[in-house]
Amino acid sequence: MSPVLLGLELAFWQSTVIRVIAGLVAVLLLTGGVVYLYLFKFVSFMQSRLGPMEAGPYGSLQLLAEVGKWLQKEDIHTEDSDRLIFGLAPAVVLSSTFLMFVVIPAGPDLVIANLGTGIYYVLAVSALSVLGILMAGWASANKYALMGALRAGGQLIAYELPMVLAVLGVVVMAGSLNLQDIVAAQANGEIFGISAIGNPYILTQFVAFAVFMIAVQAELTQTPFDMPIAESELVAGYQVEYSGIRFLVYFISEFATAVAFAAVASTLFLGGWALPTSWGLSNGVMNVLGPILVATKAVLLVGVVFWTRFSFPRFREDQLQRLAWKFLIPIALANILVTAVFKVAF
Amino acid sequence: MSGLLAAESATTFDVPANVTFAVLAVLMVVAAIRVVTTRNIVHAALWLVVVLGGNAVVYLLLQAEFVAMTQLLVYIGAIIVLFLFGIMLTRAPLGKASDLDNNQRWLGAAVGVLLLVVIGFSVTRTWGNDRLDFVAYELPAATAGAAVEVGGSGNGRTQALANSIFVDYLIPFEVVSVLLTGALIGAIVLARRD
Repeated sequence: MSPVLLGLELAFWQSTVIRVIAGLVAVLLLTGGVVYLYLFKFVSFMQSRLGPMEAGPYGSLQLLAEVGKWLQKEDIHTEDSDRLIFGLAPAVVLSSTFLMFVVIPAGPDLVIANLGTGIYYVLAVSALSVLGILMAGWASANKYALMGALRAGGQLIAYELPMVLAVLGVVVMAGSLNLQDIVAAQANGEIFGISAIGNPYILTQFVAFAVFMIAVQAELTQTPFDMPIAESELVAGYQVEYSGIRFLVYFISEFATAVAFAAVASTLFLGGWALPTSWGLSNGVMNVLGPILVATKAVLLVGVVFWTRFSFPRFREDQLQRLAWKFLIPIALANILVTAVFKVAF
Repeated sequence: MSGLLAAESATTFDVPANVTFAVLAVLMVVAAIRVVTTRNIVHAALWLVVVLGGNAVVYLLLQAEFVAMTQLLVYIGAIIVLFLFGIMLTRAPLGKASDLDNNQRWLGAAVGVLLLVVIGFSVTRTWGNDRLDFVAYELPAATAGAAVEVGGSGNGRTQALANSIFVDYLIPFEVVSVLLTGALIGAIVLARRD
């Protein structure tokens, strides 16, 4: 993928094209795998049924069948809808999702762009999806869609704060915003002088990890935080007027964002692509092993998100806001304080 | 950020950066004009997104990566969303509205010109003929040997910014924070008279 890896000198546009295509393939494969694994099978087994079994061996091609169905459907919009904004909204949401993957490293050389502000960039572009959701809700000319969009706006803003504050604990520990630096800090680190497993921050920043995963659940608007698309109250919230390919875009974006946040969480807290430095593997080996490691960790974390989704009932709106402002934010602030004190003291 | 402004260095004229800026400037001016001329208040807020997003790219061109991300996170991710949220919570008419105009055009124009003069004067007085030394952004090359000694790119600039805010300009920064907190409390007091 990188010039270093292949021993080739590539022009900038060539390496850019390769990076983009490789990134897109990786993201779409992972997203499709997650949909099949969790949405089709995992939940079916939890509910004592088999799930899709007809399309392909063990129902594995079901997703392609669904995509084909959506692509054939008519592209409908309401009479009063603001056509331009209505069409732009899914694109804004999807680009916010794809932009998140740009900085997530999958190996020593395998990263689309190794930005100095890595994790801060991820938080910034993930915040853009709110804009698309508000656009969708308003342009649909439907009161349920507008209600859903407003709920989503309030929820996503409320849970962005604990997410940013939880990440700060990791940033203080690693001393960098760059995701490669954070990975390196975990691989090179040691816990009380023991360097056998490095210092995966899930052990030393467990509070931050818990707060981050709860905030991720809310940012993804997965149950128990799914008021924006609550089917019993709002039909489908901001997605209610979308059909066919535009709905498909929302669907892809929902699950790709889950993969993105899980990949970020595995990079921040589970050591990312790296194995502890004390194990002594070379860069060449890690360029092959790294993507497998980070993808496995990300898929496992998406599993946690979906396990929660299928296990809990929906919160009430006031409970949701109270959880963010009165519990998660104070806990995350206290975590930063304690982390900073420990960082200075030791 | 003064470290970035190498005053006497042999500055190269960066063609891609200048072309990007020219295209961006035109786009931002058009979008800014549409903010005040559009007949739909939600469209006005969305045109403002284009202006603020262009601003973020300008910061990127100036190699202020952290500031650009802050612009995205704070202005588009929070402030515009609050605008839209407020508009949609109260009234969000689709189509054209006729009551968006008022009789303060000349006053607005005067304030605009005044702002332009003040900002232009202070910028030219502060930097004068200083030129930004464009440094090609380099991805860190993989290091042979140790498995995970990578990264470290661009950290210096963020650190320089942190030093400016939390060392050189600590007191103005804290004063602004107190001012904003005061404004916030004042807004709550005004909104909740009960």
